[in-house]
Amino acid sequence: MLRFLAGKVTRGVVTLLIAVSAAFFLARGTGDPVREMLGDLAGPEQVAQLSAQLGLDRPLPVQYAAFVGDLATGDLGTSIRYGTPNLDLILGWLPASLQLAAAAMVLAVLVGIPLGVWAALREGRFADRFASTVALTGQSIPLFWLGLMLILLFAVTLGWLPAGQSTGFSSLILPAVTLSTLPMAQIARLTRSSMSEVLGEAFLDATRARGVARWRVVLVHALRNAALPVITIIGLQTGTLLSGAITVEFVFAWPGLGTLATQAVQMRDFSLIQAIVIFGAVVFVLVNLIVDLLYGILDPRIRDGVA
Amino acid sequence: MTAVLAPRRPASGRPATRARGAGAVLAFGVPLALIGAVCLAAPLLPLPDPAAQSLSAALRPPAWLSGGDAAHLLGTDHLGRDVLARILYGGRLTFLIAVAGMLAGAVPGTLLGLVSGFYRGTVDAVVSRFVEAQLALPFILLAIAVIAGRGRSLSALVLVLALFGWAQYARVIRAETLSLRERPFVLGLRCAGVPAPRILLAHMLPNVAGTVLVLVTLQIGTVILAESALSFLGLGVVSPQISWGAMLADGRDQLTHAWWVAAFPGLAITTVVLLVNLLGDAMRSWLDPKKRRY
Repeated sequence: MLRFLAGKVTRGVVTLLIAVSAAFFLARGTGDPVREMLGDLAGPEQVAQLSAQLGLDRPLPVQYAAFVGDLATGDLGTSIRYGTPNLDLILGWLPASLQLAAAAMVLAVLVGIPLGVWAALREGRFADRFASTVALTGQSIPLFWLGLMLILLFAVTLGWLPAGQSTGFSSLILPAVTLSTLPMAQIARLTRSSMSEVLGEAFLDATRARGVARWRVVLVHALRNAALPVITIIGLQTGTLLSGAITVEFVFAWPGLGTLATQAVQMRDFSLIQAIVIFGAVVFVLVNLIVDLLYGILDPRIRDGVA
Repeated sequence: MTAVLAPRRPASGRPATRARGAGAVLAFGVPLALIGAVCLAAPLLPLPDPAAQSLSAALRPPAWLSGGDAAHLLGTDHLGRDVLARILYGGRLTFLIAVAGMLAGAVPGTLLGLVSGFYRGTVDAVVSRFVEAQLALPFILLAIAVIAGRGRSLSALVLVLALFGWAQYARVIRAETLSLRERPFVLGLRCAGVPAPRILLAHMLPNVAGTVLVLVTLQIGTVILAESALSFLGLGVVSPQISWGAMLADGRDQLTHAWWVAAFPGLAITTVVLLVNLLGDAMRSWLDPKKRRY
């Protein structure tokens, strides 16, 4: 188990290093952030001054070394506009995002898994087609547009729910439903295909023959075996959730990381944008590391390198 | 006894879906092609100029509602511009960006997948780490980082969409190539001393072409969604260029009193992406029934 763990951690660190390096070089190597920040009207002295202030006048490899060095000590730089450390800003805006993401994920699992199981049990029949239509529509709809339409229906026309801002539980409903659509669709599709594969296996017939109740066979024996790919997609979805959350938070004026990111873009706070990108990558790699470990616990074959 | 002998469930998949095959591809492909053709032909249609502003005709509702104007079938936006004309003209840029972004990801992604699956070893390890790293970067955040450094432009948008797409191709094509390279015909070619680049491009590429085609179709839907999200956030196309995502951003501000400005472009995106996804699924089952997934 220890070797399995060490291997996964090493790979996670390498992945992270490549990801943040890519973010660094793509942003600095391909464009001129200072020019972008100051606009076309700035004179050459202003550009030079801000470049020096941000350390952007140094050669790229030197900048990169400083960047990685800071990163290793957990320093994500200082926001240009707020003047406070980026990490503090991110941690301040994070709770609202976590709340929204968690609510959306719970909703996606609670709807997606039963929908997928139901469709697998009724393969080829109405329930199956219904579930597949729901899932495919969920994957095809732009989340922010769905959010706008939900606001139009429930907030503007019916006046049942608030349209945005974090003001208690009722304001969480619309953004969470919106954000849950995509993961729900993917979880439903995957549960359905994984379940229908497992349902055809002989060990379930054997279990049934031993007199185990049908619901128990489906919900305990089959679902447990169908769970592995579903857990993977839940892990992968956290990344998508972070991305989708940006537009959804923007639509609902939700005070989370997504809104912080859009504000940073509008204010051209280059340092903060970079810090948020890196933070997002760290979260994603961590979540997937946990998923990998969960895999090892659920299925000993993976841990021992048999499968 | 017959009840026992009868198979309880179809051995693999639904017979009904298998019969769909080419029919389904046409059923979804034809409407999609029609939508594309209408958008392409937009300048030839009797439509108002999509950029023509007329404040006296601002925020007209769709023609079938009271206050609507037959000249503006889907109403007008806050500057009096015709929503239908903007959707059709916007569709041209939306499709163009989708195809360009898709190609810019598909070509390098497929080649990297072929190379890493064929040579394995170090090349494979490096490419695989990059694929994982790409998947670890939340797409919109990555796009924000690139566009914040480069500024908004069509080329920046296509670059970002390519960065977003390539890993998917590389991963899937690598897996296909891994099994393909052990097949007798490839082993034979290698024994006969055919140079590796020739094996890759002339013999293995045609064998993965079906998969690439399916991926390309499914990816177009994702790229359209990604472009609309970026334009919605103000990171995509620059006015006066029109794309569906940019129209939605305008519509957001009018939502409370003019729902049609945001509703119709979103409907256009959803319809096209749904058709593309259905087409992709249909092509998957048509090209290779064994690989058909739900």
